[in-house]
Amino acid sequence: MFGQRLDLPLAEDATGRFLVWIIAVMIYLAILALAGAMVLAGLAGRWEHGLTGRLTVQIAPMTEEQVPPQAQRVELVLALLRATPGIQKAEPVTAATARGLLEPWLGSALPDDLPLPALVDVVTLPGGRLEVPALAERLARAVPGARLDNHAAWLADLRMLARTAQLVALVLLLLVGGAAVAAVVFAVRTGLALHSPVVELLHIMGATDSYVARQFQTHILSLAMRGGTIGLTLALVTVFFLHRATGEASAGLLPEMALSALEWLALLLVPAVAAGLAVLTARLTVLRALAAMP
Amino acid sequence: MIRFEDIGLRYGTGPEVLRGINFTLTPGSFHFLTGASGAGKSSLMRLMYVGLRPTRGCITLFDRDVATLKRDDLPALRRQIGVVFQNFRLLDHLSALDNVALPLRMAGIAESEIREHVAELLGWVGLGDHLDARPPTLSGGQQQRIAIARSVIARPRLLLADEPTGNVDDSIGMRLLYLFEELYKLGTTVVIATHNEGLISRFGHPRLHLDQGTLAVVPAGTRMAVGPITPPALPAALAGPIPPPVLPAALAGIVGPVLRSPPGSNPNGES
Repeated sequence: MFGQRLDLPLAEDATGRFLVWIIAVMIYLAILALAGAMVLAGLAGRWEHGLTGRLTVQIAPMTEEQVPPQAQRVELVLALLRATPGIQKAEPVTAATARGLLEPWLGSALPDDLPLPALVDVVTLPGGRLEVPALAERLARAVPGARLDNHAAWLADLRMLARTAQLVALVLLLLVGGAAVAAVVFAVRTGLALHSPVVELLHIMGATDSYVARQFQTHILSLAMRGGTIGLTLALVTVFFLHRATGEASAGLLPEMALSALEWLALLLVPAVAAGLAVLTARLTVLRALAAMP
Repeated sequence: MIRFEDIGLRYGTGPEVLRGINFTLTPGSFHFLTGASGAGKSSLMRLMYVGLRPTRGCITLFDRDVATLKRDDLPALRRQIGVVFQNFRLLDHLSALDNVALPLRMAGIAESEIREHVAELLGWVGLGDHLDARPPTLSGGQQQRIAIARSVIARPRLLLADEPTGNVDDSIGMRLLYLFEELYKLGTTVVIATHNEGLISRFGHPRLHLDQGTLAVVPAGTRMAVGPITPPALPAALAGPIPPPVLPAALAGIVGPVLRSPPGSNPNGES
C-alpha cells in the first residue's frame, strides 16, 4: 500500500508533515496513559489478592493490672480463632516480623521496650461463611484489647484509587483519540480544499466516492504509521526507563511496573488501532464532503 | 441516445444562461458545438458530462433519465463519457502514461493491460517517447494530445471535446480530428466545441449552435450567417496618442538634463 501512486498529490502537502508529529505525540501519550492504567490495575489486583481471605487480629499492649499479660491474651485469641468454623489458619506474627514491618518508617534501631501490639495473622477458608462482624464482637468481648481488622477500609481505598486512576487514563485516552481524530479531519479537509480541482476532475471522469476516499485513506495510513512508529518508540523507551527506575527504587516504597505479555502486546497494538481510527476518519470525512457534489 | 428536453440552467439566483435547450444525439453521431464566447458552450458541455444538474427540463443519457438515477449509478455513467477540457486538466504530478491510464484504473482494469494499451495510444498521438514525462515539461500541444488520449482510452460512448485542436499545428490537428472521426465511425457519439470554421466545413458534420443561451441544430453544409464586423470604438482613456511620461517635480531638474544631454556632453553645462 505504501509507495503506491496516488492520483492526488497529497504527499506534497505541508499538512502531512505536521500530522506525522501530532500522531506521534498522541500515540506517545496514549501508550503512557494505557501503561499507567495497566500498572495501577495490576498493582491494585495484587494488593487485593494478597489481602482478600486474610484477617489480622491486633492485641494492644495494656498496663492495667486486672488485664492478663499480652502473651496470655494472644493465646486466648488463638484458641478462640482456632475453635471458630471457617478459619483455616491462625498464627501469631513474631515480634521480629512486626519490627521488620515498622522498619521502613521507624528505622532498625527500635528500643526493646517500645510497646507494640501483638498481631495474629488469620487465613479464612476459601468460600467459607465466616461472620466477620460477629467474630470481631466475640473477640473484643472475650479478650481485652483485641481488635479484628478485615482490611475493608484499606481495600475500599485501594479499589477507589485503582478505579480513579483507570478513569483518568480512560479520559486521557478519549481526549488524545478525539484530538487525533480532529487533526485527521482538519488535514483531510485541507487536502480536499487544496486539491478540489483534481477531486472534481476525478469525480467527472467517473471515479466513485470510494475511489477518491481510498486516495486519502492511503495517504493518512502512511502518515499514521510513520507517526505511530515514532510515538511507539519514544513511549517504549520511556516505559523502559520508568521500569528501571521503579525497580531500582529503595525501600520498596514505589510499586514495581510489572506488565504481562498480553499488556505489552496491547501497548504495541496502540499505533495499529490509531491508524485504523485515522483511516476510518479520513474515509468518513471524504465521503461526507463528496456527497455534496452532483 | 442523448436527449435534452426543455433544459434551462441558471447559476444561483442569476439569469438563465441556457434556455429551452432541445436536441437529440443518436448513437454514433458527430456534431460541432459552436457559439460566441459566453454563449453557454461550457455550461452545455458540463450538463452533458453530468458535472451540473439543470435547473429545469429532462436529460436522457444512454436512454436513462439522469434525474431519476441514484447517486451510486452516476460514476459508471460518467465513465462512458470522455471529456477533453479546454485547459486540459492534466495531473501535473503524474507521468503522461499515468494521466492517460486514469480512466482505465478507475474502471478497475488490470495494471498488466494498462501499460500496453496506453503506450500504444500515446505512440499513436506522437508521444511514444514521452511516456514518463510529466505535463509541465511538455508543450501545450503535447499536453493537449495527452488530454485527448486520456479521453478516448476507455472507448467512451460519448466524447466531448472543448477546442481540442486549439494548441496544435494544423497537421496534428487534422490527425486528432481523424482520430475522433474514427471513433465516431466505430459508434462513439462525438461533440466538439470549436471556433474553427475551417475544420467544421472540412468535416461536414451538423452543428449545435448556441446564441445567447438558446440552441439551434444546424444541418451539415449550412454556413452560419455572420454579420459585418464593425470595429468597436475605443474608450476615451485609450484613445489618442500615448502622452510622454511626466517626471515628479523632485526629479525633473536632476534627471531631465541627463536624459536630454547628447552622449559625451556635460549634463551641467560646465566646461
